[in-house]
Amino acid sequence: MSAILEVRGLGKTFGGFTALNDIGLAVAPGERLGLIGPNGSGKSTFVNCIAGDFLNHSGVVLFKDQPLTGMKPHERARLGLTRTFQLPRPFRSLTVLENVAVPLRFSVPPLAMADAEARACACLQLVGLHDKARSYAHSLTQVDLRKLELARALVREPALLIADEVMAGLSHSEVDQILDLLFAQNVRGTAIIMIEHVMRAVTAFSQRLAVFVAGRKIAEGDPRTVLATPEVEAAYLGI
Amino acid sequence: MSRLLRFHLGLAATGIVLIFALRLIGNDYAWYTGYVILQYVLLSVAWNVLAGYAGYVNFGTAAFFATGAYTTILLTKSLNLDLVLCVLAAGLISGGLGLAVGWLTLRLRGVYFSIATLSLAVVLQTLVVNWSYAGGSSGAYTMRPQGNNLFGNYSEFLFVLMLVLALGAIAAAAWIERSRLGMGLAAIRDDERAAAAAGVPTLRLKLIATAISGAMMGMAGAPLPYYASYLNPEAAFSLTYTINTMAMTLIGGTQSWVGPVIGAVLLSALQQGATVTISSAGNLLIVGGVLILFVMLAPKGILGLVQASRGKGGAA
Ligand SMILES: Nc1ncnc2c1ncn2[C@@H]1O[C@H](COP(=O)(O)OP(=O)(O)OP(=O)(O)O)[C@@H](O)[C@H]1O
Ligand SMILES: [Mg+2]
Repeated sequence: MSAILEVRGLGKTFGGFTALNDIGLAVAPGERLGLIGPNGSGKSTFVNCIAGDFLNHSGVVLFKDQPLTGMKPHERARLGLTRTFQLPRPFRSLTVLENVAVPLRFSVPPLAMADAEARACACLQLVGLHDKARSYAHSLTQVDLRKLELARALVREPALLIADEVMAGLSHSEVDQILDLLFAQNVRGTAIIMIEHVMRAVTAFSQRLAVFVAGRKIAEGDPRTVLATPEVEAAYLGI
Repeated sequence: MSRLLRFHLGLAATGIVLIFALRLIGNDYAWYTGYVILQYVLLSVAWNVLAGYAGYVNFGTAAFFATGAYTTILLTKSLNLDLVLCVLAAGLISGGLGLAVGWLTLRLRGVYFSIATLSLAVVLQTLVVNWSYAGGSSGAYTMRPQGNNLFGNYSEFLFVLMLVLALGAIAAAAWIERSRLGMGLAAIRDDERAAAAAGVPTLRLKLIATAISGAMMGMAGAPLPYYASYLNPEAAFSLTYTINTMAMTLIGGTQSWVGPVIGAVLLSALQQGATVTISSAGNLLIVGGVLILFVMLAPKGILGLVQASRGKGGAA
């Protein structure tokens, strides 16, 4: 089967600054791809262009062989392309359960409230937030906020998840919890792009690795080979 | 009996009790006062659909309200249409106005939307001032019928009309809060980008909310020409409506329809009392003073205070 996500010649500028330059990348269905790069190399910008939050200035993004050009973020989400935000963005006045029910209430066709809550509940069980289902999102800890961010992105069983630094600032065991969760979701068929600075997690998770430096993709391929290339070593020693 | 049915019966019963209570008093002034209070209940509940539920602050209340009033003036003059039909038409036209304004401005997020709605009142007022058929700057008179088939007293009829509209708006607002639309609006209010990422069609929901809110405000204004008998653009587009509506809602609390109802009843009753005992110019001063007090001491309004005290009681 062809790629689930295919990005060709993607370019994005902010004013005169080129944040992304001619990026090409493909992800196969069910694949686990790691995306790394120094701070400010354009990883989150890449996510935002794919999710439709930013307009790319050049290039095309194909999802399930369909060009996403002109599609709004919510339309892309409904197609099965979901993302987490680098800084968690919970719905603060809603309960944890309601947070996770929102994507189900707004899928096509929408789930009835009772069904949405039942499925959201099952999803909270998976990420280990079920005992906080009735708490409000503003009362959660950092790690729970990350889990909520993931639950909201995963509850619709997307074909592709882009996880933007969901492990930053977490403890060793918390990183392991999130890794387990992502592996489990991958087994259920979701292709995952993991953007991460926690190298232990990236190398354990990725079947393939891509490296961005200053808005360009400088390397791509088998994780160990990629990490051993001089350019990648230089980029990481540079920070 | 289902919860919804009980709620609707409760609303209807409240309405009937109000009508009979005022009948006991039985003078025109009682109907007038009740009318003004209910008009603000309607306006505040309507304003909260956008501000409280979706997090968008509309500074154009007077514009939607006046659109309703002028719909009545125009339809009465041209077609001699019955007031009840004028109210329905005003709902359609102001709802359409909400949709149009939303379409033009809701791509603007946050404060830019508010600024755009503020200018709407200015634009429409200028239009009406230069429209001689609608009375132009000197205004228009509306002949009030002697009575109504159902109600001997026309003041009573106007009161009952506003009562039905206000109770209808409350029922609609309560429905929105519990509906899929309400959940989507809450997500938008909390975080618009996250809402879109969760699949919420943000622009469409915001447009629905502006249309509903605009329609309610237009209906609130539609009976005004009959209530006042004479209406000029200055009175119809008065910033007082905008300020009062915002203040009443914020003082009551934006979390649910209960807040605007409480705020509107308390403040407009206070204003009505002050108009009689002190002066009508004192009205805005009262609202301003109370609003400042609340912003400093209870930013979540009366509802917030109630919830906080309940929360403490429950924890103890
Ligand atoms: N909205 C914006 N406006 C202007 N410049 C931006 C904007 N968003 C990102 N940038 C710039 O684009 C560059 C890439 O930022 P981006 O957030 O994509 O990096 P990143 O690889 O995700 O970094 P990090 O690892 O720190 O998250 C940075 O120089 C950043 O300052
Ligand atoms: Mg980033």
